[in-house]
Amino acid sequence: MDTVFIKEYIPMYAKAAELTIVLGGLGIAFSLIAGLLCALIQYFRIPLFKRLVNAYIELARNTPLLVQLFFLYFGLPKAGIHFSSETCAIIGMTFLGGGYMAEAFRSGLMSVDKVQKEAALAVGLNHRQALMYVIFPQALAVSVPALCANAVFLIKETSVFSVVALADLMFVAKDLIGLYYKTQEALFMLVTAYLIILLPVSVLAAYLERRVKYAGIGN
Amino acid sequence: MEKKEIVLELKHVRKDFGNGPVLKDISLQLHKGEVMVFIGPSGCGKSTLLRCINGLEGIQGGEILLNGKLISTENTKWSEVRQKIGMVFQSYDLFPHMTVMENILLGPVKVQGRNRKEAEQEAERLLERVGLSDKQRAFPAQLSGGQKQRAAIVRALIMKPQILLFDEVTAALDPEMVREVLDVMLELAKSGGTMMIVTHELSFAKAVADRIIFLDDGIIVESGTPEEFFTRQKTERAQRFLNTFIFREEKGGDEA
Repeated sequence: MDTVFIKEYIPMYAKAAELTIVLGGLGIAFSLIAGLLCALIQYFRIPLFKRLVNAYIELARNTPLLVQLFFLYFGLPKAGIHFSSETCAIIGMTFLGGGYMAEAFRSGLMSVDKVQKEAALAVGLNHRQALMYVIFPQALAVSVPALCANAVFLIKETSVFSVVALADLMFVAKDLIGLYYKTQEALFMLVTAYLIILLPVSVLAAYLERRVKYAGIGN
Repeated sequence: MEKKEIVLELKHVRKDFGNGPVLKDISLQLHKGEVMVFIGPSGCGKSTLLRCINGLEGIQGGEILLNGKLISTENTKWSEVRQKIGMVFQSYDLFPHMTVMENILLGPVKVQGRNRKEAEQEAERLLERVGLSDKQRAFPAQLSGGQKQRAAIVRALIMKPQILLFDEVTAALDPEMVREVLDVMLELAKSGGTMMIVTHELSFAKAVADRIIFLDDGIIVESGTPEEFFTRQKTERAQRFLNTFIFREEKGGDEA
């Protein structure tokens, strides 16, 4: 392996990694917000919105990010709507991730026994307080493993960002292979970069899962 | 008893579920300090009645009045009513992600806006009263069934409700834990608590009740003092119900 080559191109990978982390992080954050919102709409069975959310979740989860990005980057400009590459990437991630996060939150909310809500109401809490203090904390404990898995999944999905003209890690690796035929080195650095980004996320996820485990224990 | 003020009044209450009425025409008056015990076969509507009184189920006919004020309306503020009508459930339903103390403080602090320190001190007193002083920091999963139920009673008590509803609170407990919960309830009754109790423990009903209401098929079949109910039943239906229990005791022999 050509260590000189590797050293030379570390900054290029670092820059791409930064892009992955920033856009991935923003995508995850917005996905969590969108997902929670959708899950709450479903949980409270808000008419009409519930149907819209269902349709959205199916659409988001059953189409590839690649296609969603194509639509945002090449399709929308035809309708006169122009987004920058970064905006497209974040919108795409939020669209995809929101669907997955919604399902994770929803399954958590569904797992909380109905009588917990009644017990909460019986001590005088209103519906909002019952959700906030009693139902949501228990639901979150159940949802955390799925939420974390989704976060890791979304970061990996950043590897298709090159279709909207972003120099992500995958793009850099392919670029270097194309230019210098240093396939081994380029791919080695690619794998290493993803591991450096994702391993801490996984460790954090495992920590979170341990933290919330006790909350999930039944009555 | 009749001279005391009426706290809760039900007038011709009717409750329908999808497949017909569960409560047909229930009228009763609960006086301050009175302990009313509901007994009757499974599915007769006892639990549903309690759930209607604190608004967990809506009613389709009749009226429910608390301190003379109609509470069975469309725009009743149930979170206010429920502070006056506490409820303890069969399956305890403590919040599993909170310690015993946090379970108890949720209502007074978040709903009533009481000072946390003050509420904590009262919680400590109440926990001592039910014999759970050492369990303040325990999580529900670390408690026995009887302990959970006593903690749940404290959670309801700390709201200082005018009425406490007990919905088959010993039905899910191991036999040797039933007593510790019943003793707590008996003590509450003696100290003047106004209570409505649904139970299958007939000897407890006898000991605690001022009035026994025998429900069957959604109507009040008999209503009277424990003495009247257990010795001079007015209806053949109540006799038949009580006979099933007596028979069981004789068959068990040493169990009785």
